Amino acid sequence: MTMPEHTDLIFGRLTWEAIPYHEPILLATFAAVALGGLAVLFLLTRYRLWGPLWRDWITSIDHKKIGIMYIVLGLVMLLRGFADAVMMRAQQMLSFGDQTGFLPPHHYDQVFTAHGVIMIFFVAMPLVTGFMNYVVPLQIGARDVAFPFLNNFSFWMTTFGAMLTMASLFVGEFARTGWLAYPPLSGILSSPDVGVDYYIWSLQVAGVGTLLSGINLIATIVKMRAPGMTMMKMPVFTWTSLCTNVLIVAAFPVLTAVLAMLSMDRMVGTNFFTNDLGGNPMMYVNLIWIWGHPEVYILVLPVFGIFSEVVSTFSGKRLFGYTSMVYATVVITILSYLVWLHHFFTMGSGASVNSFFGITTMIISIPTGAKIFNWLFTMYRGRIRFELPMMWTVAFMVTFVIGGMTGVMLAVPPADFVLHNSLFLIAHFHNVIIGGVLFGLFAGINYWFPKAFGFKLDPFWGKLSFWFWVVGFYVAFMPVYLLGLMGVTRRMSHFEDPSLQIWFQIAAVGVALIAVGIACMLVQFLVSFLRRDQLRDFTGDPWNGRTLEWSTSSPPPDYNFAFTPVVYDNDTWADMKKRNYSRPLQGFVDIHMPKNTAAGFIIAALAGLLGFALIWHMWLVAGASFAAMMAAIIIHTFNYKRDYYVPAEQVIRTENARTRMLESHV
Amino acid sequence: MSAHQPGVAHADHGHHGHDDHANHGSLKSYTMGFVLSVILTAIPFWLVMNKVIDKPATTAFVILGLAAVQIVVHMIYFLHMDTRAEGGWSLLALVFTLVVVVILLSGSIWVMYHMNNNMMPAMPPDMPHQMHNMR
Amino acid sequence: MSDISTHTAGVAGFSPGADSSASFYVTEHHPENGTLLGFWIYLMSDCLVFACLFAAYAVLGRSYAGGPSGAELFELPVVAVNTGLLLLSSITYGFAMLESQRKRLRATLLWLAVTGLFGAGFITLELTEFASLIHEGAGPQRSAFLTSFFSLVGTHGLHVTFGIVWLVTLMFQLGRHGLTPENGRRLMCLSMFWHFLDVVWIGVFTFVYLMGVLP
Repeated sequence: MTMPEHTDLIFGRLTWEAIPYHEPILLATFAAVALGGLAVLFLLTRYRLWGPLWRDWITSIDHKKIGIMYIVLGLVMLLRGFADAVMMRAQQMLSFGDQTGFLPPHHYDQVFTAHGVIMIFFVAMPLVTGFMNYVVPLQIGARDVAFPFLNNFSFWMTTFGAMLTMASLFVGEFARTGWLAYPPLSGILSSPDVGVDYYIWSLQVAGVGTLLSGINLIATIVKMRAPGMTMMKMPVFTWTSLCTNVLIVAAFPVLTAVLAMLSMDRMVGTNFFTNDLGGNPMMYVNLIWIWGHPEVYILVLPVFGIFSEVVSTFSGKRLFGYTSMVYATVVITILSYLVWLHHFFTMGSGASVNSFFGITTMIISIPTGAKIFNWLFTMYRGRIRFELPMMWTVAFMVTFVIGGMTGVMLAVPPADFVLHNSLFLIAHFHNVIIGGVLFGLFAGINYWFPKAFGFKLDPFWGKLSFWFWVVGFYVAFMPVYLLGLMGVTRRMSHFEDPSLQIWFQIAAVGVALIAVGIACMLVQFLVSFLRRDQLRDFTGDPWNGRTLEWSTSSPPPDYNFAFTPVVYDNDTWADMKKRNYSRPLQGFVDIHMPKNTAAGFIIAALAGLLGFALIWHMWLVAGASFAAMMAAIIIHTFNYKRDYYVPAEQVIRTENARTRMLESHV
Repeated sequence: MSAHQPGVAHADHGHHGHDDHANHGSLKSYTMGFVLSVILTAIPFWLVMNKVIDKPATTAFVILGLAAVQIVVHMIYFLHMDTRAEGGWSLLALVFTLVVVVILLSGSIWVMYHMNNNMMPAMPPDMPHQMHNMR
Repeated sequence: MSDISTHTAGVAGFSPGADSSASFYVTEHHPENGTLLGFWIYLMSDCLVFACLFAAYAVLGRSYAGGPSGAELFELPVVAVNTGLLLLSSITYGFAMLESQRKRLRATLLWLAVTGLFGAGFITLELTEFASLIHEGAGPQRSAFLTSFFSLVGTHGLHVTFGIVWLVTLMFQLGRHGLTPENGRRLMCLSMFWHFLDVVWIGVFTFVYLMGVLP
């Protein structure tokens, strides 16, 4: 095994050649990013926002702020991931016969790899984590999560992981292996360049953040529920969050271990997944999908929880079949560990193994089906209000069911032998991820935005975004199903058969419609901000909600609840309203809260630096940043003064302000 | 309500505060655990080093079984695992983890055994110091 | 659990029409501390990292690639000594915990130091084992068997090393703050970590060393 020449102890294999001078697309992108970045820096300086940015956001351990930051990260990365999608669709639409499009394979391969990595790890995961972070403590009547510092640290680890992937655009290149980086292609012989290393270290850094977040939320839900909130009185979103975080804790270590093994093969010359000296590349596929399948349930379970909240709120009814919803969620959690092989039926494990996993895959669709029925039964004879969250939910129900059905088709091993790695597969998982996860996240954004910011999102632009997204999705992906059934393979940047071109062109139109949908969503944010006074949420309960977060002001005070609520029934807030609850106006006391800290940001930044140094074999920098990281961690553990008390006077002032707001807007 | 004394009300948040009263062990339990562990370690080493049992498969079975028992001993006597720890959540977490670990191990071994048989059938049995033609 | 204070009619919290014995809030609520449960869950996730490494060893552990096997390389007497050291360190940590419960700081620190020394002994022996294996050409790059061996045993060793660093740090913190509830929690967490490492070692010496020697 030959290793790249180390020219430098400080700079490793990082040279000026790493900057892509000859790639016009990248240069243009860099120029745009640099200009945009400079504009942001200028505005921050001009409006003197650095102080508040550092004090109120970067060092904040408040779960609400951290939740918002996760969602901002996810939405920003959505734009990057979508740009990759646009480039792929454009390339595939153009590149037939003599035409080769505008993306050479070397570049195209990075685009589809980055698209997958970004969408899963830096869009869907942060968005889902952001919602769980924001909503769960409020729903259980807590003031923060169990480990507020770890929460902040987790966020910054995720962000620096994302930054490592973004850095690959301008310094070096990204992996060309697909989003799961199978060896031997991802091994050191076939991919000696930095791309796969960027992949590995971005995910390792972000993965630590995710794992810690999982531990945090489990401890929060188990330990910090308000008095009277037994497990079976928790809101369904909290239940799905609990199961999601259990999946995170039980799955992400596998990803960590497997990526570590791959990095050892690449950096040290070990033989886990090599073709010779006893290595076994198939083992990588096996282990990575043991992580990969629970991962998709990590993405979708919180969204199922969002739908449960939205459906019951906008039908004005208690959720149908709460107990069966809980059981279905728990069953899905356990079963998600028994299906992973369906991702590689064709790798050759044989009929007995394939049959087992095919059957378990079909079984796992059943609890999900039960959930759909429960949502429908909740809507039945309800007084349905088609606000945006409900619209997204209905779109989800139709779209996700289609995607689920194609999933069951793929679960049949002989059928999968035809369809594996065809565009049918691509259409299937985009169907369930967009129709399921993304639509659910948009429902959640419209639902909880007023809680977080104190004003609703503009419905007109929201509906516009909705229709462009939904129509665009179908126009973009139904042709992809057809192409898959006709035998077209995934990840191709060039085709010879001209009869396929029309379908790619239709799909490209669909992507254009989705682009308009995304633009409308951005406009929606802007317009809502400008019209915030007309859209103001004065009561804290703009939707006549049923769970505890709606009992707080919009936005809630830092401490969430001046007094911890006592819970008697499910749909606790609806229950309190039914019993003529009136808000306490006096008797406020000091409230014990955790302090902001810079330690999370600093340690995560050092981790990001360590990752960069390892990628470029900058051993001195790597050693120094590792040592600094350890020192920072140890120094942090010497800090025993991590909390403070919000004085009663401040609580009184905040609560009185809310009282005045409520009284003037009855 | 009187003003709160920061720090004072939270001094009792330790063993004897509101927290679940975890089992903390005693000299007797630690010693018992230690003695059992020594025995459960000595036997496997003896079995293997002296080649006591004829069939290696049986030996493997026995020492794995003894390892499992020793793990349980550690859980009970050193980690004070019982149904009451953290309101039963510790045990639940352990059981869930065990289930996943068993699935991971047995599933991987089963799958990879089949993969190897189907996809790499021409490999002769791997003896040390035997040269192979890898191509 | 916190007390639920009952309010009488007229105080904010409910209105006359409602159930007069119910109250919708508590004035002071101290949620249970989640540190021990949270750390236990982290240990469960660490279990899974080791499970992956064990799985890799299970699949790759007989792929000698024409190189040396476990039977040729492993020196079981040394492994037995190492196992003994780790087991002793477990019980000395237990003694440290017992002393901490009796609020005896000096004795606690003493037993922690002994534990650390046993741990350091374990690591030293293991490093010499690794060094000699590499010296005879049986390093992690030689074969998939050796790759998985070094990774599994090495990862365990890394954990023990981190444990020792943590132990030393905690000794300093005990010296500075004494046996406070917060330090008590930290001692408990390190205790769980340390015993957990011994549990993993049971798997390692059984599955890797003892079974690796069997034909």
